Amino acid sequence: MTINPNAKMEETQNGTEVYSIDPLVVKSHYEIDYIHSYAQDSEFFRALGKKKIMGSKCKKCGYTYATPRGHCMMCGAETEWYQLPNTGKVHTFTTCYFGSEEFLKETPFNLIMVEFENVDSLFMARLIGADLEDIYVGMPVVAKFRRNQKFSPTDVYFVPVAQPEKKKKR
Amino acid sequence: MKHGGRNVYMVSGGVTKFAKATPEMDFRLRVKKAFDYAMNDVNLTLNDIDGSVASYFADHFQRQLMAGIMVQDYLGLTPKPSKRVEGGGATGGLAFQTGFEEIASGRMDTCAVYGFETMSHVNTWKGNEFIALASDTNFDYPVGGFYTGYYAMMAVRHMHEFGTTVEQLAKVSVKNHKNALHNPYAQSPMNITVSDVRNSPMVSYPLTRLDVCTMSDGAAVALLASEEKAFEITDRPVLIKSIGTGTDTMRLSDRPMGKVPLLPNEKESDYSNLKYPGVHSFRAGRTAAKEAYEGAGITDPIEELDLVELHDAYTSSEIQTYEDLGLCKYGDGGKFIDEGKSEIKGKIPVNPSGGLLASGHPVGASGIMQSVFMFWQLQRTVKKHFKDDFLQVNNPKRGLIHSHAGTGTYVTATIMEAVK
Repeated sequence: MTINPNAKMEETQNGTEVYSIDPLVVKSHYEIDYIHSYAQDSEFFRALGKKKIMGSKCKKCGYTYATPRGHCMMCGAETEWYQLPNTGKVHTFTTCYFGSEEFLKETPFNLIMVEFENVDSLFMARLIGADLEDIYVGMPVVAKFRRNQKFSPTDVYFVPVAQPEKKKKR
Repeated sequence: MKHGGRNVYMVSGGVTKFAKATPEMDFRLRVKKAFDYAMNDVNLTLNDIDGSVASYFADHFQRQLMAGIMVQDYLGLTPKPSKRVEGGGATGGLAFQTGFEEIASGRMDTCAVYGFETMSHVNTWKGNEFIALASDTNFDYPVGGFYTGYYAMMAVRHMHEFGTTVEQLAKVSVKNHKNALHNPYAQSPMNITVSDVRNSPMVSYPLTRLDVCTMSDGAAVALLASEEKAFEITDRPVLIKSIGTGTDTMRLSDRPMGKVPLLPNEKESDYSNLKYPGVHSFRAGRTAAKEAYEGAGITDPIEELDLVELHDAYTSSEIQTYEDLGLCKYGDGGKFIDEGKSEIKGKIPVNPSGGLLASGHPVGASGIMQSVFMFWQLQRTVKKHFKDDFLQVNNPKRGLIHSHAGTGTYVTATIMEAVK
């Protein structure tokens, strides 16, 4: 028999979290896993495990990218991979004392844009081993790599180059 | 005009008060309130509206996809044509321009552009995460994950390049929060000083809590019409004289170094040593302004514009934008605020409403809000709508509204003109 006028929805002990009754405000949870492909950027992330930062270079016009892209924004041609130097300079910087939720536990952290000699574009990275008051535009920095690769751009990070001379005033 | 279409006018507008959280209304009701205000101000009925454009940024905030059609439905505008426009922080500006295109093309005679955002469904740090997902998720989000951090790096480079000071940035916050004391729709009117700004908690050096706008709930509506309809609806419509839109690379790191696209009031020698745009200036803002100025025949923006409502989600972006719009030369933005040129009684009032810093920034509504405040300014009806005429600019003829996304990825500039 499928007809049952006495059918009842199951009663459960887990309840709804209510913030307010008027207006009625309740909590609802949302969670998701993404299957994210790095696609044409994959080589960059694989190379970090070999302690290499791979940029790209346009096969046609020769424009060089510190943050790689598969095709050139200047002429539209395909680019090829090429290895960036491990040393660069701070182009600009900040220290984040707050962040978005995912990174809040890492605050404060330093962000820098790295410029590499003879490379046309920049690379964003974390800088450790220096406080805000130590960092300045033009500061020499060197890449370091995480041993336990997470296939994230933070597998590479930068530290200040050890220097004998006094730091420049900002 | 370059677009070759029909003349387009704004005929009415409405804004809800922006607030941190408005749980008593959902997005549909909030838009309805702004819509009814705009409709009632010029005695229109639903039959008078040919179609609409919906403006909202992040599906994440609402956790409701197709929120645009829910608004269309709630307003009673189904089955008329509509579409959703999205472009990060510039969503409102882009949607306004899309409404313009609907009329200019001859497709519609009247169009309702409605914008909204409900950011209070999550806490501020989660909201920042949603917003940061509008940065390249391969290379930028996992490293920085925070838009204030990206803008802070731009500000540091601006300071390095041009000698701009943190006090100059703070003056933008002081000005805009003070203007908002006379705007009843604003979220954060405040009488503050430069030292209050500098002493508020550091968010991302050099930007403090008071250098950065807040999360908001809010809605805004602009009603647009063709020339014939506009003068039937109101005897004081405002002409949308021209539009301009610029874009730039998603990643800050990719901004190339080249020549400055010159505005009519500038010479190549002004910038002979400037590496542009780099990460100190917004090329998209410059190209949007250039297109809009060309469309409106403007050759000297500071002399030919009477006021500006620009995207000041950060104090630094207001300074950078003075320069992008050619109100002053690149590098002179700090001096511009020091000289009080953008004050309410200055040479060219910038953000008389309080801007996003003080009015709030419910992303999809912000660009539409600017159009409404500009409309009231050019109609000279600020007193009627604000119940206070302190912010009414003296007899303005022409204004510019400017909406801006990402670290300057999409930027819109729209010129509006009083016809009476």
